Amino acid sequence: MESIFNIFIRSIFIDNMVFAYFFGMCSYIAVSKNVKTALGLGAAVTFVMFITVPLNYLINEFLLQPGALAWISPKLAEVDLSFLSFIVFIAVIASFVQLVEMIVERFSPSLYNSLGIFLPLIAVNCAIMGGSLFMQQREFLNVGEAASYGLGSGIGWWLAILMMAAIREKISYSNIPAPLRGPGIAFILTGLMGIAFMSFLGIQIN
Amino acid sequence: MFSTKNLKLLWGPLNMNNPVIVQILGICSALAVTAKLKPAFVMAVSVTVVTAFSNLVMSLLRKGLPNRIRIIVQLVVIATLVILVDQVLKAYVYDVSKQLSVFVGLIITNCIIMGRVEAFALSNKPWPSFLDGIGNGAGYGLILIVVAFVRELFGSGTLWGYRIIPESAYLHGYANNSLMLLPPMALVIVGVIIWIHRSKNRDLIEK
Repeated sequence: MESIFNIFIRSIFIDNMVFAYFFGMCSYIAVSKNVKTALGLGAAVTFVMFITVPLNYLINEFLLQPGALAWISPKLAEVDLSFLSFIVFIAVIASFVQLVEMIVERFSPSLYNSLGIFLPLIAVNCAIMGGSLFMQQREFLNVGEAASYGLGSGIGWWLAILMMAAIREKISYSNIPAPLRGPGIAFILTGLMGIAFMSFLGIQIN
Repeated sequence: MFSTKNLKLLWGPLNMNNPVIVQILGICSALAVTAKLKPAFVMAVSVTVVTAFSNLVMSLLRKGLPNRIRIIVQLVVIATLVILVDQVLKAYVYDVSKQLSVFVGLIITNCIIMGRVEAFALSNKPWPSFLDGIGNGAGYGLILIVVAFVRELFGSGTLWGYRIIPESAYLHGYANNSLMLLPPMALVIVGVIIWIHRSKNRDLIEK
């Protein structure tokens, strides 16, 4: 059995959402032009993942997976609702994002103004949906493991977008071939960073 | 039905208006499936189907839909279509469906689909929207297939599972570039495609 800490470290460095699976690339490329906005978006993604992954874990465990309904009555033990998981997961994520948006708007207008445009974007960020789908595939043993996976993946994504934003701020003074400016160089840089991140492969912490 | 304007919707996204390399959308889930040609092709077809039909459905619904709930309705329509695609893949091409694993589910959050619904289908008639969906899906598929072609050819010396580089080449010291099979190379290849495309189309270059 993997320890919770091991799952946490693994999901940040080895199974990094951006460098290993390209999740959340759209907003990663679009919002990494300066460090400040990257910081805000990264924080929002981390928070939403930390909540939605364990939430979806509970839903999957008690409602969706084959035999999950047995706790209601033994007659339902053969029901398999797992084909519904896509629609349920995305509904949970979208409604949670909406909820967060309303709460933040009510209690902290200044934070809302700085995060405002990113919050609706998060509902369609592949990293968050991907986190829930990988959670379903990995079959974690309890909700603590799922939560540490969600938090770790969120932080991994945050780390990636921050590093990218920092590099892009620096290279705006460099002499890049004209056709490669903007997204072109961002892709190649992400590829190189991904190769660097592969050196974490095989790390085991117990 | 197929006027010049409608044909432009179909061909535009293949080149000057390509969703992946010009609008930088929908890279999210896709590049991880490009290590081999076959899953890349299946992925491209699935995304095209979902984009086309979600555009069609949302365009039919556009007049009666209150603005406040539009995002959630879009997500429900797209998720339903993706579930259908997933079940079809599981029934007919089970091995590819296993390889694609979570990436079929991630079609829901593919920015191209949401982006086309928001930008096009909500303000246009059903038939042009449908064509626009097919065009954008095909533009996305084109990039996917080019990347998969390069990666499979140089990474494992095969195409669609058939051996292209002959055994005798290996005997004379040729070796597969296994770096091509690692995920980061997909990004580098897309970067190079953008480079080539923009040096051919100078007006796309960023200031």
